[in-house]
Amino acid sequence: MLLTIKSLTKTFPGTKALDGVDFDLAAGEVHALLGENGAGKSTLIKCLTGAYLRDAGLISLEGQTISPRSTSEAQALGIGTVYQEVNLLPNLTVAQNLTFGNEPRRFGMVDRRAQRRQAEEMLDGYRLDIDVSRDLSAYSVAIRQIIAIARAVALSGKVLILDEPTASLDAREVETLFAVVRRLRKKGLGIVFVSHFLDQVFDLSDRVTVLRNGKKVITERTADLDRVQLIEHMLGRALKDDVVGHAKAHQAGREWPELLKFEGYGRRGHIAPFDLSVGKGEVLGLAGLLGSGRTESAELMFGLAPAHSGAARDAEGTLDLSSPRAAIAAGFGFAPEERKEDGIVADLSVRENIALAMQARRGWARPVPRAEQLRLAEDYIEKLDIRTSGPEQPIGDLSGGNQQKVVLARWLAMNPRFLILDEPTRGIDVGAHAEILRLIRQVTDAGMSILVISSELDELIAVADRVIVVRDRHHVAELTGPEITTDTIVRAIAAPDRETAEVPA
Amino acid sequence: MTALRRVTPQLLTLAALVALITLFFPDFLRIEVINGRLVGTTMDILKRGAPIGLLAVGMTLVIATRGIDLSVGTTMAITGAIAAWSITQGYGLGGALALALLAGVAAGLWNGLLVAIFGIQPIVATLILMTSGRGIAQLVTEGRILTFSHDGMAFFGSGDLMGIPAPALLWLLTAAGVALLMRRSALGMLIEAVGVNRAASALAGVNATVLLIAVYVASGLCAALAGIVATADIRGADANNAGLWLELDAILAVVIGGNSLMGGRFSIAASLLGALIIQTIDTGILLAGFPSEYNLVIKAGLVLIILVLQSPNLSQHWYSLRRAAQRRREIAVASMKETGQ
Repeated sequence: MLLTIKSLTKTFPGTKALDGVDFDLAAGEVHALLGENGAGKSTLIKCLTGAYLRDAGLISLEGQTISPRSTSEAQALGIGTVYQEVNLLPNLTVAQNLTFGNEPRRFGMVDRRAQRRQAEEMLDGYRLDIDVSRDLSAYSVAIRQIIAIARAVALSGKVLILDEPTASLDAREVETLFAVVRRLRKKGLGIVFVSHFLDQVFDLSDRVTVLRNGKKVITERTADLDRVQLIEHMLGRALKDDVVGHAKAHQAGREWPELLKFEGYGRRGHIAPFDLSVGKGEVLGLAGLLGSGRTESAELMFGLAPAHSGAARDAEGTLDLSSPRAAIAAGFGFAPEERKEDGIVADLSVRENIALAMQARRGWARPVPRAEQLRLAEDYIEKLDIRTSGPEQPIGDLSGGNQQKVVLARWLAMNPRFLILDEPTRGIDVGAHAEILRLIRQVTDAGMSILVISSELDELIAVADRVIVVRDRHHVAELTGPEITTDTIVRAIAAPDRETAEVPA
Repeated sequence: MTALRRVTPQLLTLAALVALITLFFPDFLRIEVINGRLVGTTMDILKRGAPIGLLAVGMTLVIATRGIDLSVGTTMAITGAIAAWSITQGYGLGGALALALLAGVAAGLWNGLLVAIFGIQPIVATLILMTSGRGIAQLVTEGRILTFSHDGMAFFGSGDLMGIPAPALLWLLTAAGVALLMRRSALGMLIEAVGVNRAASALAGVNATVLLIAVYVASGLCAALAGIVATADIRGADANNAGLWLELDAILAVVIGGNSLMGGRFSIAASLLGALIIQTIDTGILLAGFPSEYNLVIKAGLVLIILVLQSPNLSQHWYSLRRAAQRRREIAVASMKETGQ
């Protein structure tokens, strides 16, 4: 074995993040590490890379016991890591990034030519056609990801840890990345692959280890497992398929009384004018590729970018949606895609994060009484099963899925009539995923209308009563009831654009 | 209870400083009643500390939004000049105070607009007024030291109420008022939310733009009060020296108070203790009678010691050093066992 971990234990105040975990990795193997949020994946990786010091247990690399005390020490030992948010410097050139820390020198100055050559050698074999003297920011996340891998492999060369490398990549980019990973596997590297995407795990990995609550559940050859078994291991309970079943029953030919209507609503450069009616208690899905205009539609409806044309109406008349504050006053809510940047207020407590929108609407002079805030927080912690040490824990300390639940709680506490959820389940573990879908059904049954934007078609099919397909910044199709299948949505997304088809190129 | 724990490091620092000074000057803590007023070094510190204390109140709010206000020293000069000018022009005490406070609001609005509407980095935005403001003050005083003789105005510098110096009373009341306003209303939480994550707060419906402008206006108002105290104290406006470099002392007070320059959680009480610590150092050094050229060096040394002792990294290093030693022992034991097998 290339890397062996024996009964690794790491304790944080209040929790045992890792409890006697065993793990091993052979050379020329891709070993997937799976688990719900908070299962201990990140902690395991941080112990390996020296970001954390373990409390007990043994880590040995090629038979030698190691205890790296910093990332650079781990790199020198042969363990390299590539994170989801690429840890490179976008304002430096590709070559500078690749040679950062050991630039070739001549007379004490950086030798630019040698630097470029060295960088090109490092990228040799990755089949990238890029100019290493351009800034890293000129390239897509996928290419940056590969550059980060090249750097990690060149520096370390034995073990490569990929921590959610595909979270922000589209399908084609994922394929490119996987081709690179497969070549590295053939070259004899041991690769640890952390991902939420089960398809990718089955596609790429040789073995799977599942962690749950800081303990190892199982290590198994990927070929010997099927999807349901794997999910069962991750959740520790048989997966309930009632979400899907419930949704199907919900869809069959129902009519919803109209709540809102957008007419010719659009903004130049964001989204072409669209008509959209929203039923009371209806779940709308917005499908489309990244950059197709999904998020832009939502931002327009929530007043983040004011509309250039059209109007929004309800039964009483025209709505003012010129700013988020106006939209909230009109009974709207919006849980954005970028949870960390736009959703949570990291240093504030769970309680304050939940009360924030309510407080903002009441105005500064009428504080929500502390007892009321506490009651709200405790209520939602229980109702949404938010894993936290208490209402006063800073939200930044929570795992991604729990942060998302707090953001949801913030809006549910407002009881909006129209709630927009942009990628509500991104980066969330399977269990929380199902809970959030169930929650959507629950609140719409109570009369709230919801718009869900999602890249996962299964999710839209499970939850949406009506799906709008967005392509090239146009709303191009509307599917209802039995029409909503993976097949129809994919076909609508992939259909050639009518206008360009009619005009010969 | 938690509030007390928050300011414990500052209280301990202040106590240690007072103990150190008392060691050399046993009379340091003595307060006498002379002609119905309290007289003593501590009273002097409370009085002399008024400008820093007032500035620190406004600066705490600005820093909580992840901003900084470099212009407060200059704003003191402007508002002081305007107060002195209005008195000499015969606008009376009320008119002078109103005009000075109005000038403070104007300065704050200017900074707030640059930061919140035009999105200029706070350090740059407030630098503009910091460098140009003394020119404005000089225009008001027409380049000379504008003296006046007006007992009502002078009261704010050297008067006393119930035996307590008026400047001390002014900054203590201002601080208590602002702190109460922050915690009794939702302003404190909203300011912290904007400081930690402006985008997320705006999406949750917080009016971040107005809040940002408001904290700079509050800072301008505090600077105006400090300017009035400074002018009343010397019964004149010195456009060149009033409040000179005081913005840096105010920032230092906020930092010694343990407030993060990255915004978020703030404590006005802690900033005030920071201001008191700085003023105690200043007065202590004067008492010690060192040649004046040593003053700044000694002050820098003491501030450095305080900041290092408060550094969160320090306790962390202690902790990890101890843990590392423990782990080395465990690993040694474990590998001995393994080789034994």
